[in-house]
Formats: sequence, C-alpha cells, structure tokens
Amino acid sequence: MLTSSRPVPSTGEWHSLSGWGRKPSTSSRVVRPHDLADLSNVIADGTDQIARGLGRSYGDAAQLAGGTVVDMTAIRGVDLDPESGVVTAMAGTSLNEILEVSVPQGWFLPVTPGTRHVTIGGAIAADVHGKNHHRDGSLGNHVESLQMIISDGHLVDLRPGSDPFASTLGGMGLTGLITNATLRLTPIETTAMSVHTTAMPDLATTMEELFESDAHYRYSVAWADLSHRKVRGLVMAANHATVDEVPGPLPARYRGDGLISLPDWCPGVVNHFTVDMFNRMWYALGRRRTGRRIESLGSFFYPLDRIGVWNRLYGEMGFLQYQFVVPLGHEDTVLEIAGMLMRMPTPVSLAVLKRMGEASPGYLTFPMPGWTLAVDMPLGDPDLGRTLDECDSKVAAAGGRIYLAKDSRLRREFVEEMYPNLSTWRRAQARLDPEGRLRSNLSLRLGLTH
Amino acid sequence: MSPIDAFGRPQTVLLLGATSDIGRAIVARMVDAKGGTAILAGRDPKRHQGKPLGTETHHLYFDAADFSSHEKFFSETFTEYPRIDTVILAFGVLHNQDEVDDYPELAVEMANVNHVGAGSALLQAANRLRHRGGGQIVVLSSVAGLRPRQSNYVYGASKAGIDFLARGLSRSVAAADVHILLVRPGFVHSKMTAGMVPRPFSVTPETVAKAVVDALARRDRVVWVPSALRWVMGAVRLLPQSIVDRLDG
Repeated sequence: MLTSSRPVPSTGEWHSLSGWGRKPSTSSRVVRPHDLADLSNVIADGTDQIARGLGRSYGDAAQLAGGTVVDMTAIRGVDLDPESGVVTAMAGTSLNEILEVSVPQGWFLPVTPGTRHVTIGGAIAADVHGKNHHRDGSLGNHVESLQMIISDGHLVDLRPGSDPFASTLGGMGLTGLITNATLRLTPIETTAMSVHTTAMPDLATTMEELFESDAHYRYSVAWADLSHRKVRGLVMAANHATVDEVPGPLPARYRGDGLISLPDWCPGVVNHFTVDMFNRMWYALGRRRTGRRIESLGSFFYPLDRIGVWNRLYGEMGFLQYQFVVPLGHEDTVLEIAGMLMRMPTPVSLAVLKRMGEASPGYLTFPMPGWTLAVDMPLGDPDLGRTLDECDSKVAAAGGRIYLAKDSRLRREFVEEMYPNLSTWRRAQARLDPEGRLRSNLSLRLGLTH
Repeated sequence: MSPIDAFGRPQTVLLLGATSDIGRAIVARMVDAKGGTAILAGRDPKRHQGKPLGTETHHLYFDAADFSSHEKFFSETFTEYPRIDTVILAFGVLHNQDEVDDYPELAVEMANVNHVGAGSALLQAANRLRHRGGGQIVVLSSVAGLRPRQSNYVYGASKAGIDFLARGLSRSVAAADVHILLVRPGFVHSKMTAGMVPRPFSVTPETVAKAVVDALARRDRVVWVPSALRWVMGAVRLLPQSIVDRLDG
C-alpha cells in the first residue's frame, strides 16, 4: 500500500514533469543518457518512451505519464564549419550553445523561435518557426540531414525528400530519438538588428501593416494588445544590421543577455490589472520607439529570455498558450477569435501575430501560408476550456490548425481535420516504430499514433 | 493512463457506484458522444444499462461492502483498462435514522459501505493511478459529515470518516500527480433521498456534476455544492452544539 510517497523504479528517477505551461503535470521515470551508447541502452530497455529537451513545449509533448522520459540535455556538442556556415549539433544542444559558437564567426540560426533555451532536437521535432517564416520557412527547411535511433536500436540517416524525414520533421518526437542534425546557418555582418517599429490603432490595420512590411524585411512580427477595446498593435520589422549601419568587428565572444530569475514560490501576478498596466506601458514605450532603431540580437529575438523561468509569473495554476494558424483569406477568423478571447473573464497576457509563408515538407508541420496568432492566458477559469473548444471549431472550419508544440487541451475530434496528412504520417511512423513504443501524453491524448 | 488535459478533462472514467444519480451526472458531463470512455461498476451490472455514456460504455461488477474483493477488482480493472485517468467514488448507503435506532446493523452497513468500503476503494485507486504517473479521483463526501445532526448522524459519521481519509491522502499523493477532489454537497434530490424532506440549499445531481467538472479545471481539493455552503457550514461549525441541537428542531 502507500508506504513510500513515490515508487522508485530500478533505474532512472521518478519525477513529476510538466510543460512550460506548468499544467498538467504527470510522473515518469526520467533517464539521462550521457552518450550514444547510453542512449542505445535506454532504447533497448523495452519501455514506452519519449525524448525531452529543455521542457519549453508549453503543453504535454515531452511528458509520458508512467513511462520513460529520456532527458536529452547531456547529449550535446557543436561542430561548425566557419567557412560554409554548416553546423552539426548533437540533439541536446541548446540554440544558445550554437549561437555562442556561431555568432563570433558571423553565423546566425536560419530560423529561431522566441527563446534560445530549446534543444535542436526538440526544435526539429516541433519544426519550429520564427519571425522570418514569411520568407525563410520553418527550421525544417534548413536541415540538411539528421540522425536518429529508432526503436529497433538502429541509427538511421535521414535526408530531405524521404518519408522518414518528412515524418520526423514536426513529428513531435514520435518517430525516433533524434541524435544530431546538420543545418546551414545564415551569414551576419554584425550582432545588431535594424528594427522598424510602427504603432497601429487596431488589429485589422496591424495585419495590413504586417503584410506591407513583409516585402521589405526579413523578420516581422506584431504585438497585439487584447486588453484594449480596439486591439491596437505594434509591428516590429527588422533586418540584420550591416557593417555600414553598425561599424566594427564581430565580438570575440557572444553571450545571451543576463538572466533575472524568479523563485519557485513566486505567486501568480498575471491578472486583468497587471496585464492592462503592462500593455499600456508597452504600447506607450513602443509608440515612442516608432521608426528605425538598432537593437541587439537578444532584445529583438529573445525579449522574454531576460527573465529566467518567467512561467512562474503565472503562479502554481500555470497557463497555456493558444496558437493557431488560418490560411490567407481568413483574416475574419483571426478577428473573430481575438474578439471571443477578449470577452473572456481570463486576461490575455500576451498576443503575438505573424504572417506565415510556405510550409515545410513535414507531414505534421504547423505552419501554412496564412496568419498565426499566439495568445498566453493563465489557467483557472473552467469556461476558458469551453471557449477555446469553440475557437478550435472556427479554426478547423477555416482550414487552419492548432500548434501541437503549444497544446495541452485540444480535443481529439479536431486533429484529423486540422492535420490532413495525419494518415500519411501514421503509416510512416508505424514503419519506424512498429511496436508503438514512442508515445507521449500529447500523442495519447490526441490519439496521434495507433 | 490517458492524459487528462489542462482543464482536468478526462478520457477514461471509472465510476464506482454505477446507479448513483450524482455519479452518472458527473460522468455524463465528463464524456460524451464526441469522445471518452465510461466504465460503470456496481452490484447489478444489468441495472446500469440505459443511456450510454461516452463513445464507449462498459459495465463491471463491484461490491463496495465486499472489501476482500477490492484488490482483485482494481488489479483486473486497471489491467483491462490501462487508460483510466479519473475515478469517481459515488456509491453510498443512506438509511433513515429512525430505522437505524431500531436496527443497529443498518449503522454497520452504512459504515461499511460509506467509510470502510469507500476508504478501501480510494486507497486502491490512488495506488494504481500513482503507479501510472497520475490521474484524478473524485470523492463524494457530504455536509452531513461536518456536524452531527439528530436526523442523520450515523450517515454523517460514515461520511466524516471518508472525508478525513481523503483529505489526508490528498496531500500524500499530490506529489505523485494524483489529484483528489473532495465533494461536499448539501441535500441532493436523487433516488437516495427520495421521500425525504429537502433541506435548505438543496441541489440537483446536474448541479453537483457541473461544480465537480469546474472544480477539477481549477485543481480545487474541496468543492461545496452549492458554494454558499462553505460559508454556512463554516459558521455552523463555530456554533456550540447546544444551539445546533436547538436549530435541528
């Protein structure tokens, strides 16, 4: 009976894990292999398992209740060819570690999400996108090759154009354990960004401005103020600054911005009052900065990385990020969903809008040519779940989808409609993992694998 | 287990006390034709039939008062249905206090089912879920268990027992991601209370069901139905017993 507080399996420690949104948490046996030989042993042990990187997926993609979670963060290393900008990184390497090596050599990531603290393995499994999606696509468009151990223990090489590659890109870690990846970086002359900010009075004009700026800028994103009646916005468009704009050599060392960390007892401070205050301040600040200015890589790409473990701002109840994409021509759906979320008693603490370009070859990749809106909201109101279900049906009806890497609540009835290549993916997945040993809370909740 | 989502919404629910109106109302709110599996367990699986709950409904035999059968029941049920993520303890017996005064064995039956049987099932369920990495358990207590009243103190004593046990266990299993929700309804209109005079703050099984589903989304450990009872009972508990007895009439 209940003698000890936790069962301790023979190998690996039993831990309670959650995604970045902090809820829902489940317990798993966690193993941390140190090299590929260790990793092979983990795969050979016959348990159900899923790989986990730095735990930045908002939802339950890197959890497996009662199963084995393979912590990949000890398997790391970067090998950069400074001439060609081709880099090979072990799966557990963080984007930050790649940048520390590549930036002084004049190379930047071809695609980066809003945080540097994700592993390259996780970034490929989620086929992450960034502020240059309208132009450069997602990370998967820049992967030249990758290696992965599949459940029968074999190390396989994957190349673009193949079925296993397309199922692994955005495959949420369910096709095998990625061990390393080779990608081509983007050349930069400086570590500065030349940013152009425009303040817009409402969401429709923000979308128009975003559309306009995309023709001239490699990077673009809009921040939308969903606590404001008309949803005013700030459009930030940027290019890497050239040596003509910011003279001087590249720094010999590149370090991310210093971190202010939050204690684990941090109370939840996200409510209507604080969100409203923050948004007013942020908009006022943005308005004063309209026009062109020079920013650092960190302040343009990773503003939230300056606060370590910022998810603690939401307190123990945690939060979720609702991110959807709808095809071009369905701008009304974006406006409609923004309206539905604004009428909720739950405050929308952060809303980010972006236009997306062509999709990558990944069968389960999230992006499609269209509009994506990502909103952060604290958990706690039961009605929020029901409202988001309604939003899902509007997204599905428009031919759009929900981002699996952010999800902790989608109902499985929507999955096949949102991911029309799911059956193709399932066939490819079943060939790589015939016994169905790779699974996660996400895959079980949504019935992704069979 | 099949993972519950960020709003505590389950996919595979085990209901112990398949004929309980409250239990069935909770399951009906958790799973529907769009998704979810309901496993209904009780003493007379033929009587559980009726409107299907969820996309799949299964019927099992379970006797809360037959403690020695519990180990086997839980072991087999969790093997057969490894995806169970939520367990609802809804079975209970309520005998009229007048009859209990004449037949003390009825008091033993209430204690056996409502306290010992429920306690045994609760510990069994918590243990299985803990080994599966988490889950949630809904325990039906009652405001009757918070202050002895002349009309139902034997029933109240049995509910006080399970209430106490659940509160203690709740903390010990929380670290293993098993969430226990203790439900304290007032008078509920149901088969069990048919023919009884409704008390103030009486509610329907559907009201209890909504309160339970919402409380799971908030990760509450205790929910009162209606919620005003929390403050009423807080005040009543501060009153001296002599005054409560007089209010009791």
